[in-house]
Amino acid sequence: MPKDHGIGASSKRREDVRFLTGRGRYTDDINLHGQAYAWFVRSPVAHGRLNKVETEAAAGMPGVLRVFTGADFEGVGGLPCGWQVTDRFGEVMQEPGHPVLAQGKVRHVGDPIAVVVAETEAQARDAAEAVVFDIEELEPVLDMKAALESAAPKVHDDLESNLCYDWGFVEENREAVNAAFDKAAHVTTLELVNQRLVPNAMEPRVAVGDYNTGTDDSTLYTTSQNPHVIRLLMGAFVLGIPEHKLRVVAPDVGGGFGSKIFHYAEEAFCTFAAKQLRRPVKWTCQRSESFITDAHGRDHVTKIELALDAEGHFQAIRTETYANMGAYLSTFAPSVPTWLHGTLMAGNYTTPLIYVNVKAVFTNTVPVDAYRGAGRPEATFQLERVIDKAAREMGIDPVEIRRKNFVTEFPYATPVAVEYDTGDYHATLDKLLEIADVAGFEARLAESKARGKLRGLGLNCYIEACGIAPSHLVGQLGARAGLYESATVRVNATGGLVVMTGSHSHGQGHETTFAQVVADMIGLDENMVEIVHGDTANTPMGMGTYGSRSLAVGGSAMVRATEKIIAKAKKIAAHLMEASPEDIELKDGAFTVAGTDKSVAWGDVTLAAYVPHNYPLEEIEPGLEETAFYDPNNFTFPAGAYACEVELDPDTGKVTILSFAAADDFGNIVNPMVVDGQVHGGLAQGIGQALLEGATYDEYGQLLSGSYMDYAMPRADDVPFYTVDHSCQTPCTHNPLGVKGCGEAGAIGSPPAVVNAVVDALQRAGHSDITHIDMPLTPSRVWAAMQG
Amino acid sequence: MAKVSMSVNGKPVTGEVEGRTLLVQFLREGLGLTGTHVGCDTSQCGACVVHVDGRAVKACAIFAAEAEGAEVTTIEGMADADGSLSTIQQAFQDHHGLQCGFCTPGMVMSAAALLAENPKPSEAEVRDYLEGNLCRCTGYHNIVKAIMAASGQDVAIAAE
Repeated sequence: MPKDHGIGASSKRREDVRFLTGRGRYTDDINLHGQAYAWFVRSPVAHGRLNKVETEAAAGMPGVLRVFTGADFEGVGGLPCGWQVTDRFGEVMQEPGHPVLAQGKVRHVGDPIAVVVAETEAQARDAAEAVVFDIEELEPVLDMKAALESAAPKVHDDLESNLCYDWGFVEENREAVNAAFDKAAHVTTLELVNQRLVPNAMEPRVAVGDYNTGTDDSTLYTTSQNPHVIRLLMGAFVLGIPEHKLRVVAPDVGGGFGSKIFHYAEEAFCTFAAKQLRRPVKWTCQRSESFITDAHGRDHVTKIELALDAEGHFQAIRTETYANMGAYLSTFAPSVPTWLHGTLMAGNYTTPLIYVNVKAVFTNTVPVDAYRGAGRPEATFQLERVIDKAAREMGIDPVEIRRKNFVTEFPYATPVAVEYDTGDYHATLDKLLEIADVAGFEARLAESKARGKLRGLGLNCYIEACGIAPSHLVGQLGARAGLYESATVRVNATGGLVVMTGSHSHGQGHETTFAQVVADMIGLDENMVEIVHGDTANTPMGMGTYGSRSLAVGGSAMVRATEKIIAKAKKIAAHLMEASPEDIELKDGAFTVAGTDKSVAWGDVTLAAYVPHNYPLEEIEPGLEETAFYDPNNFTFPAGAYACEVELDPDTGKVTILSFAAADDFGNIVNPMVVDGQVHGGLAQGIGQALLEGATYDEYGQLLSGSYMDYAMPRADDVPFYTVDHSCQTPCTHNPLGVKGCGEAGAIGSPPAVVNAVVDALQRAGHSDITHIDMPLTPSRVWAAMQG
Repeated sequence: MAKVSMSVNGKPVTGEVEGRTLLVQFLREGLGLTGTHVGCDTSQCGACVVHVDGRAVKACAIFAAEAEGAEVTTIEGMADADGSLSTIQQAFQDHHGLQCGFCTPGMVMSAAALLAENPKPSEAEVRDYLEGNLCRCTGYHNIVKAIMAASGQDVAIAAE
């Protein structure tokens, strides 16, 4: 029987009621008295010298309060980067400045040049047309390999080149890996592109800055996944506002997928301008503006080689990747192709020798940073594609070649610096074969053939490092932040609880699932627990939500704080029942003395804590409120196996996804319904990458796919009902809930399954020369491949 | 500026609008009905779908002045008379048909329009009807399921 409450129950989401009735409160729904509106003037060219910006005409237009340019930000800090990678020669990466508004040069289409602030948005927008600027166009740097040639124009004149870093991992293994390739029985090589994507959370970014002249306090309302991180970065590095004078609020946030982790210029601008103008300043991003200002994702060009022995055992992996950073370093950009990518190159397999080389490159494009999966999809895609290719070359079944190489003993230390604590890859693969009905594929293939269609089956495994992250470890790897999480549990006198978490929900359902955990621990109704998040003024310092970390790290902090609550409550209960605290048991919201019929209710204890008339004041303080910070001692390692079945129209090259099955091991599950939903969403994003999406620049650096007219977002009729299963559960060994995280798996695991399936369909139809097609597998690309 | 009058969620409203004021701006900024969302600037995403005289309309694609005299229904007007969730809203909650909630108002309004014209749509018909509504969170699975459930159909899905 499925549980009907607490941990393991598919509790309905309490946040849904406000969202379903139009009572959500997103940042754009916030309007402050007297607010002015900001409109950004942005570079229309990819690369150029910004000689002059004339604002007089705009400043004289109706309603205009002030026009800001880069000159207004001289002496103000630039947008900081939160991660410093050390290259293979021991040198730190090249780190360019990132001004709030362009100074001297524009470096991508969309780079902000000026901002008009006016009484209404329409007035600001009209006046923005009157800002005149003189840009001396320079040749743009777009192709990553060309960008590294010595004669290439430089994105940043003050850097030596367009190379951010040349990273080797593990550098000491380089020669041993080369030697393994020299003596391998078989080597499979694959060159591929993991294309640039635009995250496209449905809610565009918004920032509202406010300043209180009476208290000298600044407040920023923003669409963020991590308000404390924004407060720290913007306060300490950009505007010089101490954290106690700066409040950042991220209310209901309409999706993030990584793109709302980062600190953006518009946030700093609105906070800065509100203080300058002594008025609230609001900026609402237009969708076409978000295409050229939200950090993009992926954009890797990779060559991967896999060395095998004659039986198909993996001997070594060698990769060379060019990773696009775009024009500036976004907040966590340097970490994505390195520590979130290189560390996952072992996959689910026992490959003993691995060497990963990544060259991160500056180009005149929108900055690239973490997008759902962040580095791990790029690792999974190349690995699972090259394995499929190797299996085909060696005549080994794609399932068998994976089974031959699975890690089966845990803990397992990979040659790329991480230690998998637990897993069972055979179990998830077995489950996949069952739920995808792989045995029945041949019959379905025949049915497709009879209709003149090509059919293919693709499958793959994946592993991800989640629960980001152990601070001591990431500190060694270049992180300029800790990655713990926090929770404060406040018990009220009448027994209800308010849990303040430093993580943030922007669709994940924390308000429901976190309440399930705390209620379960005490034995209370979930409705007794309220979850508060998203406001630095009333939550403890936390690092927010990304990297499938909220439950594994934030939930663990909540468990620790609740344990402290229970320990103290037991002391109070012991006093009330004149017993020893060690003899007190808590079950179903009541305290009992073991072996007796003495009992006090939860509410009696909480009331005593706040009305301490009969209370052990000499031993413990009144009140019942505890805070915990939890810093994990390892990553978590969700893993699984995915299968996709496609049908191809041989006349048009159109690919239709007929079915998609996912067998995941997320460890313990708090709310199966929510976990299903997280996987569904990830799968659609992965299928979108595989078949539809791609950010495309022309040779001038113009983003051709810059709106929903041109960028193919997955729609309801592009995807099937998915078959998902998470019954294989090897609980995480090092966090108190035994959970691993589920937010990114779908996006990480699905692209290779789709591409493997399409290649399978083509191979079965006799196209033996087609071993790879770069994503997105649009009809024209597939059709062109079929024409040879 | 021009004066417009219309009925919104059964109540008569009037307001002063510019010629260029979109219906969605009038609803959000003029009337404070912020449940209708703006997710794009090319009339693709569908977060702003409302009903105008019973038809599903993207409120970013018509001017407020065009709705003169019309009966407009927004997400704020979709609950049952006693304030409880309507059948469609309840189905979205029961089937986890929303995550971040941003596309949700448009999804619910589109779903209501679909079921009004096609009370028992097939899965393919639901997916086809939603071509003008983008969701980035749910992968559509539970939205389709919720709409079919709201139509009173048994929804057989392998995952469950």
